[in-house]
Amino acid sequence: MSRRRVVVTGMGMVSPLGNTVDETWSSILAGTSGVVPIETFDVSAFPTRFAATVKNFDPSPYMPAKEARKMDVFLQYGLVAAIQAVQDSGLEITEEDASRVGTCIGSGMGGIQAIEHNAMLIAEKGPRRVSPFFVPGAIINMVAGNLSIKYGMKGPNLSTTTACTTGTHAIGLGMRTIQYGDADVMVCGGAEMVTTPVGLGGFCAARALSTRNDDPQAASRPWDVDRDGFVLGEGAGVLVLEEYERAKARGATIYAELAGFGMSGDAHHMTSPPEDGAGAALSMQNALRDAGLDVEGVQYINAHGTSTLAGDKAEIKAVQAVFGEAADKLAVSSTKSMTGHLLGAAGAIEAIFSVLTLRDQVAPPTINLDHPDEACNDVNLVPWETQERVVDAALSNSFGFGGTNGSLIFRRV
Amino acid sequence: MSSIEERVKKIVAEQLGVKEEDVKPEASFVEDLGADSLDTVELVMALEEEFETEIPDEEAEKITTVQLAIDYIKENLG
Repeated sequence: MSRRRVVVTGMGMVSPLGNTVDETWSSILAGTSGVVPIETFDVSAFPTRFAATVKNFDPSPYMPAKEARKMDVFLQYGLVAAIQAVQDSGLEITEEDASRVGTCIGSGMGGIQAIEHNAMLIAEKGPRRVSPFFVPGAIINMVAGNLSIKYGMKGPNLSTTTACTTGTHAIGLGMRTIQYGDADVMVCGGAEMVTTPVGLGGFCAARALSTRNDDPQAASRPWDVDRDGFVLGEGAGVLVLEEYERAKARGATIYAELAGFGMSGDAHHMTSPPEDGAGAALSMQNALRDAGLDVEGVQYINAHGTSTLAGDKAEIKAVQAVFGEAADKLAVSSTKSMTGHLLGAAGAIEAIFSVLTLRDQVAPPTINLDHPDEACNDVNLVPWETQERVVDAALSNSFGFGGTNGSLIFRRV
Repeated sequence: MSSIEERVKKIVAEQLGVKEEDVKPEASFVEDLGADSLDTVELVMALEEEFETEIPDEEAEKITTVQLAIDYIKENLG
């Protein structure tokens, strides 16, 4: 049986660099940082007091205020990005094909702001004050749920939760769903918003975050010798995946083919990767095999590259182990240097950046990379400036707490 | 200070996302103002908050129109 091909026909995004794909992508190519001091709550007692927050977010063109009020902010981000993606794809869902259109949109942590708010209400005023919309407004699968209701998507309705690999896994599983014939279209991605006291406090306590409070925009510096942890980001990314023949038949804009998906587990530690990046390497190898590509076939990697001491180094070791001499010809960059780390949405926005890398034939930069870690010396990490490159296939990596890894490969059509 | 009628209408309009002029006394929350079962639970909670009272569930179930809400508040606040 020949495998059904899967292509990208729509994209949507809410990010620290803009509330659309176009706005974000031009900021990325210009090397802009989206990191700012946190002003939505009192951060004076926190060791980290900045994040890559979403700015000027207004859901009102996408949903009535009454609906938005019932949803945690992560759901609003996710739904806005998903609506943008569907609109961009020009998809029209009819009675006849509704059962062939599905969605898989995840989140790493879900509605943590709603959980905090309702926990406070219970403590202050008792259980009678808990909102009836608390549960449907906070649980992780409700971007997919609300989206399917809005458009009448009656196909598979899924959600992933694999920490910082959530978005990548959602896209990969959406691809499999189409390849296997369970659906012809899958709207896939991730959404996250944990810039709250509990979210920030938790990542601070795990010693995962940069504490560069005197210069927040220089804090996310993947592979730089002075890196000291990641920067919390927020937002959402969503892609419309579609079976190739169907997309072609309706004359859709085909941005790229989703050619490969790989997964693996570290089986090592709750929050740290093994030093040699073996799990990351296995994930990339699986994606290459799935795409039927050898290492020469990939020219760009959008790295997980979070700006943590151990993670950055392990990923480059894994790239070198997998690509061997071909690693010298790669461009490898971390857009997290600009967007911060969107956790469960990271893989989704970075998948979109990988698609745009193919479309525009440019490798987006890694900003703040002044003095690369010597372990990374031989690799082109695209410091500071966007590079024009010939890119036929781009690989996007995500690695998450629990040792959960995922890699996607996009190819020019 | 606004009357009980005005305060009830304002809350109904806010909670259900409708215009205040559509909140007529005879309007039914579900039939006329587009509320679902969860909306009505939240509406009763908002009334409790506004009027600093507690409406038992068996009473809350009977409050299905704007007028019934106004009547309940009037009877139970005095």
